[in-house]
Amino acid sequence: MSWLSKTLSSTIGRKLIMAVTGLFLVSFLFVHLIGNVALFYDDGGASFNKYSHFMSTAGIIRVFELLLVAGFLAHIWTSIQLTRLNNAARPEGYAYQLKPSKEVSWFSRNMGLSGSIVLIFLVTHLQNFYYRYHYEEIPYVIYAPAQLYPQAKNAPKEVVTSVDSLAGHTVLHVTQKQAETIAPQLNTEALKDMQQLVHEVFTKEWWFSILYVVAMFLLGFHLNHGFQSAFRTLGLAHKKYTPFLTNLGGLISILVPAGFASMPIYFLIKAFM
Amino acid sequence: MNLNLHIWRQKNKDTKGKMVSYQVNDINEEMSFLEMLDVLNEDLLRKGDDPVAFDHDCREGICGACSMVINGRPHGPTRTTTCQLHMRYFNSGDNVYIEPWRAGSFPVLKDLTVDRSAFDRIIQAGGFVSVNTGSAPDANEIPIGKEIADEAFNSATCIGCGACVAACKNASASLFVSAKISQLAMLPQGAAERKRRAESMIAQMDAEGFGACTNTGACAAECPKSIDLTNIAQMNREFIGAKLTSELV
Repeated sequence: MSWLSKTLSSTIGRKLIMAVTGLFLVSFLFVHLIGNVALFYDDGGASFNKYSHFMSTAGIIRVFELLLVAGFLAHIWTSIQLTRLNNAARPEGYAYQLKPSKEVSWFSRNMGLSGSIVLIFLVTHLQNFYYRYHYEEIPYVIYAPAQLYPQAKNAPKEVVTSVDSLAGHTVLHVTQKQAETIAPQLNTEALKDMQQLVHEVFTKEWWFSILYVVAMFLLGFHLNHGFQSAFRTLGLAHKKYTPFLTNLGGLISILVPAGFASMPIYFLIKAFM
Repeated sequence: MNLNLHIWRQKNKDTKGKMVSYQVNDINEEMSFLEMLDVLNEDLLRKGDDPVAFDHDCREGICGACSMVINGRPHGPTRTTTCQLHMRYFNSGDNVYIEPWRAGSFPVLKDLTVDRSAFDRIIQAGGFVSVNTGSAPDANEIPIGKEIADEAFNSATCIGCGACVAACKNASASLFVSAKISQLAMLPQGAAERKRRAESMIAQMDAEGFGACTNTGACAAECPKSIDLTNIAQMNREFIGAKLTSELV
C-alpha cells in the first residue's frame, strides 16, 4: 500500500474522508438552496424552469454532478466502514446501557440514524424530481411575448393545452408533442415545466412533503454535529475559533433545512388557500 | 445504607460471564466505593465464596488502576476515579450496576478486571522522549513558556485509566492517545520526534482495534482528569502533518 492509501484507511484517515466529503456536501446544500429560491418567484415558473433547464444541460454542471455523486458515495461508503469498525471495537456491550453525560447530545451519538433517514429521503427525492424530469413525460411550457395572448387564447386544445397571461409574457402550457410543433413556429424554446412537477409532487403526493420536512429536521441535527465535528477531525479546534464554528454550524443547521422545508410547506399552503 | 449490587462475574478470560446480584448492608456514606466493595468481599470470603476481583492501587485518584462502569458511567456518577467516589452519592435501596470497561481491546481477565496492556503497547510505540542516559540535566536548561508548560501539563495529567474508551460509543482510544501526542508535541524535548511518534502511536492504536472518534465528547465528559477534547484535534493535526511531511513512506 502506498502512504496515501495507508493514511486514508487508518481510523483518522477515514474520518478525514468523512469530514472533507461532509463539508463538500454542505457547500452543495447552499448552491441547491439558493437556486431553488427561484421556486418562490410568482412568474408562472419562468425563473425556476429556466434555472432547471440550465442545471440539466450545462456541461459544467454535469462535471459537478459527477463530483457530487462521488462525494455522496464516499461519505456513505466510509460511514458504513467506520460503523462496522466501531461496532467491532466493542463486541460485548454493557448490561446497563451507557448513560453519557448531559453535555453529550443524543444526535451526536446517532449520526448514522439521522444520515440513513436523510439518505432514504434522498432516494425518493431523486426519483421524484431528477428521474421524472429526465426520463418521464412531463408537461412543457413556452414563454411567448405578451402580444401573442389573444391569438394563443383562441388556439384549439389540440395545439395548446392552456394559456396564461403573466406580467410580461404569455405562458403556453403544452405537451412534449405540441411543443415540438409550436416552439419552432414561435422561434423560441419549450422548457420542461419543473415548477408544475414540483407543485404536483408536493401537493398530490403529499406524503413526500411530510417525509421531506422530517428529513430536513434530521438533516439539521446531522449538520449541527457534523459541521463542527468535521473541523475537529481536520485538526481545527481552538478556543479562538471553535465557539464561532460551533455557532456557525448551529446557524447553518437551522437556516438550510428550514429553507428547504419551507418549499413543500409553501406549496401545500398555496394549494389549500 | 443498604444497596442492591448487580456485578459482572466472570471466572477468567475464556469463560462467559454474567451479572450476579448481591445485597450489602450497613454501608457508611463516608466509605469510598472501593471500600464498599471491600465490605462485600469480606462478606463473600466469610461465606466461602470467590471475592469480586477489581483493579485498585493508590486509592487516592492518581494511579489510574481502578476501572469500573457504575450505572452506565465510567467511575460512576461523579467526575472522579472510582476510588475517590464516596457512598454519599448513593441512597439506601439503590440498585447499583457494576461492570468492567467494555472494549474488544480490553479483554476481561476476571470479574471487573480488564487487561489494559493495549495502552502500554501504544505508549511503547512512541509515547516517550528518547534521551541519552547520563547525569540528570539541569532544571530549566531549556526555557519553556508558562502557557505551553501549563497546556502540556494539562495533557500530561492523563492517568491512563481507560474511562475514555469505556465511555465512548465506539470504544475509541483517541482521548488517551491524543493526550500523550499533544503533551510531547508541545514541549521542545518531545518536538524532535513528533512526526514519528504520531505515526507509530496512531498505527498501534488502530492495530489494537480501538474504534474511530466521532467527536461526541463523551470521553472528555467522563475523564477524571478533565483531559480536553482539543487534544484530539491536535492529534489529528499532528497525524496529517506527519503523513504529509515525514520521511517514512
